[in-house]
Parts: sequence; structure tokens; C-alpha cells
Amino acid sequence: MLIDFFSAVGDVLSSESTYINGALFAALLAFAATGEWVAERSGTLNISVEGMLLSGAFAGALGYHLADSVAVGLVFGAFGGLIIAVVQAQMSHRLTADQFVVGLTLNILIVGLTGFLDREIDPRADRASTVEIPVLVDIPLFGQALFGEPWPFYLLYGLVPLSWWLVYRTRWGLELRAAGENPQSADVSGIDVNLRRRQSIYYAGLTSGLGGAYFLFAQIAAFDDSIIRGQGFIAIAAVIFGGWTLWGTMGGCVVFAGALSFQLSLQGLGYELNTELLQALPYLVTIGTMAIFARRVRSPAALAQPFIRGLK
Amino acid sequence: MTRGARVAEWVVLYALSVAVALAISSVIVEATGGDWWPVLEALVDGSIKASGRWGETLGVAAPLLLVALGTVISAKAGLINIGQEGQLLMGAAFAVFFSFRIGGPGPLNVVLLLLFGALGGAVWASAAGLLRYWRGVPEVLSTLLLVFVAIQAVGYGLKWQWLLLADEASRGNRNLVSEQLAKNNRIPRPDIFGNEFPITVYVALALALAVAYVLARTVWGFRLRMLGHNPRAAQRSGVSSTVYGATALAIGGAFAGLAGAAMFAGGGFSFGNYRLVPGFSDNIGWTGLLVALMARERALPAVVAAFVFAMLRTGAGFVNSTGVESRITDVVQGLLVLALLVPPAVVFLRDRRRARAAATERV
Repeated sequence: MLIDFFSAVGDVLSSESTYINGALFAALLAFAATGEWVAERSGTLNISVEGMLLSGAFAGALGYHLADSVAVGLVFGAFGGLIIAVVQAQMSHRLTADQFVVGLTLNILIVGLTGFLDREIDPRADRASTVEIPVLVDIPLFGQALFGEPWPFYLLYGLVPLSWWLVYRTRWGLELRAAGENPQSADVSGIDVNLRRRQSIYYAGLTSGLGGAYFLFAQIAAFDDSIIRGQGFIAIAAVIFGGWTLWGTMGGCVVFAGALSFQLSLQGLGYELNTELLQALPYLVTIGTMAIFARRVRSPAALAQPFIRGLK
Repeated sequence: MTRGARVAEWVVLYALSVAVALAISSVIVEATGGDWWPVLEALVDGSIKASGRWGETLGVAAPLLLVALGTVISAKAGLINIGQEGQLLMGAAFAVFFSFRIGGPGPLNVVLLLLFGALGGAVWASAAGLLRYWRGVPEVLSTLLLVFVAIQAVGYGLKWQWLLLADEASRGNRNLVSEQLAKNNRIPRPDIFGNEFPITVYVALALALAVAYVLARTVWGFRLRMLGHNPRAAQRSGVSSTVYGATALAIGGAFAGLAGAAMFAGGGFSFGNYRLVPGFSDNIGWTGLLVALMARERALPAVVAAFVFAMLRTGAGFVNSTGVESRITDVVQGLLVLALLVPPAVVFLRDRRRARAAATERV
């Protein structure tokens, strides 16, 4: 029995489909987590990532429905995410509404709205075409997963370094981090703290919307209001798991997506693993990492604290 | 500004915001080819006017209010607990485990079941409290993440007969379902003017008064508020943030757990029909959190807010018959919450701007 099980694990680990599935989920998480990482570095915490993903997926389907093109769908998706981001940012960092209330409300609102519009409009979508990068795609095991994907996947290879560059190598990024670490000082030195925070949320909206649309075109190819199912929360967990560094965040995406894909492949081979445990794993691992490292890994000092000039 | 003018200003602002929210909803409905007025009528019919409906609405409002009261308590201590959904689910699971695996003597059973529910919620929230005060993990993050752990934990419990799953005879052809609570162990639902609702409604109302009193008029409540306003000052004057904070979190969780147990034993609209099933919490925890925040973390306004949110929920059941997809009520609910957030923020910002202007003039 146990030997059977281990040989099954071996089968799963040596089958390409595990890695292909893993890359699919990891990419979804990475799109969202990259943006959320930028937003959290500016001191905001957007629970609405979940809603941004869903909105992006629906807008992507709508774009495809209207223009018959995946590229248009992706642009629509990014805008779908941006709309949510604008509401979130304006409500919580221009007006002073609580960012969690706004985020939670938006999540509920978007599930309802996309579900409603989906029944009324019923947009049709299709898969994006697959592009294989020659030579690299022939690497055993990983090749197909990393270099033989639907083409929107490759946007990640540009998006992640771009985000790093924006945050660490531009004036904008410096001001953004200042807003996340010490908003009072940033304000005194002439940085519009809430403006930077709003902009960082817009960025998260764009990447998350793109991620939602990517997932639609890469996997399901038909919109349903349950396709995201908590992946946005896992993306937030990945940022925390990564200790608010970009590479750590990406590592979190890979680990969490890997666990999910591992479980799916095992099920495909007819083995029942404890699915509840595996599904709770991203959250448990994140809580565990925080419990161990919370005092050593420093979150942005002003994370989730609203900034109102003159009020500490 | 005189007091009267201020009140008038608030009323106008709120009326305007709600009108805008409803206008946007109507545009969404009309743009997709539906009619807005019948939807609105169906909402009112389904929540109040049709026979037996306001009792149904009260039955939904009670757990919402309980969750909101817990949130008010932890928020007053300056803690951001956003994990009520999980705490509620845990409360329901503890209540189910107690009623089918332990059991109490006769009439005491219902009371013990509710207490066990509160215990379940408190345990779950205390996990976040422990992480906060022992390891320094922000409670915002841990309470949120624990929601998803709770969902999976209860799903796991529903797979095993020694935990929550019903025996084969009573589960029929269903999977993942607990036994049904026996008739004599349920919370009574007396009939009043053709409406019936569980008596936990009165309990929730009494608790709302109690929470308002305790927070405003007792030493404990004062210390809690002090901790929320200025943790350092509180610490200096001998209020231990660990003791008071952890207690506030636990009590907040206990209220959510109590709500879960009351939903399980109180029956009514869409609450699993005296059984625990996956998805049992049905967003009551999230919505209860919104109720508390909409009431701006005060106990008595939460009573009104809970009823409004319950109306949207029970009214939704009637919307389908108008030919418009009932999901529109989620949209209306979301837009209403967003709209109600605007007036306080606008007034707050304007008052500050005026004060700053006055301050600079004096210099």
C-alpha cells in the first residue's frame, strides 16, 4: 500500500502534466501576486484582488466575445481589473473608507455582478493559441510547462522583472516604498502618500485583471463566476509567505500552485490524498511562516494603516 | 453649524448616496433588458410585505447582528478581525459535534449547544490571538487566512462519522452532511401574527443592549476603548494589551460562533435545515462584518444595519419570479454598502479641512 503510494508520487513527479498544470496555476497566482506585492509595498492591503481577478476574467471573456481576439480580451481583462482598483483606491485612499470593508464589499459585488451579467450576456471565449519556444521546450519535465504555454503566459516573463524595476530602480518606486514604510516622513518630504498608494493599487488592478483574463484563455475558455474560487486570497498569502520580497512572492506562487497540481495529478491516478489538508496547505504554510518569521521578516511598517495627514 | 443643520446634512448625504446606488442598480438591470420596479417590489415583498416574510427576515438578521456585535467588541480594542466567516463555521461545527457526539440532558441541550458554538468561535479567534501576542503575526492576516483553513477543516470533519458526518441511515444518498437536529432540541420558533422566527432574535437584541452598555458604562469597556484609541497610553496606565486584546478577540469569535450555532439550531431560510453541510456559513460571517462596519462599530446602529442586510437576503428569494436573475441583489447590496461608506468619509474630510484652515489662520 505504502509502496504503491510512493510509486504513485514518483509517477506524478515524473509526469509532464503535473508541471504543466502547476505552471498554469502558478502563472495565475503570479500575475495577481506581483501586483499585490507592489500594492503592499506602498502600505495597502487589497482583499479585492479576488474581485480584480474575477472581473478581469469576465472582462476578458467580454472582450473576446466582442472582438474575437485574445489580445483584445487581455486588454479588456486588464481594464476590468483596473475598474475594481479605481473603486478600491478612490474609496479607501482618497475618501477614508476602511480598505477591508471596501475590499470585502467589492468581492461580493463582483461575484454578483459577473454572475448576473454572465447569465444575461453569456459571452463566449476560446483558448489562446500555444506558442512553443524552440530548443527550450525540449527540456525534459519543465520544458513544456515553462516554454510551451498559451502565449499570454509569456507576458509574465516581462511583467515580473518590470515590477521589480519599477519598485527598486525608479523614483516612483522609492516614493512608493517610502509611503509604505513611513508615510508621515514621506509626506513631510513632499510625497503625496495617498496618490502613490492609489497608483500602486491601479497597478495591482491591471496585473490581476490580466491574470484573470490569462486564466480564462489558458484553461477554462468559458466564463463562470466560480473560476477564481479564492485564488486571489492565495495570491495575498503568497506575498506574505514571500516576506514582501518579489522573489519570495514568486516562490510562494510556485509552492502553492505546485501543491494544488500535485493533488490534482494524484487524483487523476486514482489516489485519494487528504484533499482538505492540501487545499488548506497554502494558508497553513503562510500562517506557519508568519509565526516563525513574523518578528524577523519585516512587513512594510505601515502595512494596512490608512494615512491621513496630521493623524498618526 | 447648528445641530439641526448637521442632522439635516447627514440625512441629505445618506439619502443622496442610497439614491445613487439604487440608480446604478437600475441602470444595470435596465441595460440588460430587465425592469427595475418589479425587482424593487419583489425585494420589499420578499423581505417584509408578503405573509410570513418579516419573521424570516428577523431570523436572518439575528445571526448577522450576533456576528456584528462580536466585530464591534474586537474593533473597539483596535483589532481588525476579518475572519468571522470561519469563526462562525467553527461555531456551527462545535455545536453539531456537541449535539450528536456528546449531548446534554433534555432542555439544557439547546443552551449547551449554543455555548459550545460560542466556544468553537472563541477557539478559532483565539488561534489568531495567540499568533498575534505570542509571535507577532498581524491579526488582520491570520484571521483572514484562518477562514479558509476553517472551511477545509469542517469539510474534513464532514467526511468522518466520529466527527460530524451522519450515519448511513440518516444521511440517505447525500454525502458530507451531518445528522438532522431532533425536533425537541431545536430553538423554539413561536408564531407571532403569522410570522415565525427563532427566539434567538430576542437573545441577539438583548446582547446588543448588553454590548452597548458594557462598552459605554463599565470599567472593562472603558479600558477596551482606551486600548483601541491609544495602545501606549493604555499600557502605561496598566491595561495589558495582551490580556485585553486577546480577550476581545476571543469574545468577538465567540459571538460569531454563537451565530453559527444559532443558525444550525434555529432553522429558517437557507440555513441547511438543521443540518451542517459544506458552505453552511453562506457568507453570513462576511456580511455580519459589513454590518458592523456599516454601523461604524457601534452596537445599537448595528441592529438596524443587520435588518437592512437581512432584507436584501430574504428579498432576493422573490426577485427570480420577476424574470431578472436574483444575483442582482448581491449587486444592490454591494453598491449600497459602498454608498453608505461615502457620507461619513466626506464629512470627516471636510471637517478636517476646515479645522486645518482655521488653524493656519490663527498662526
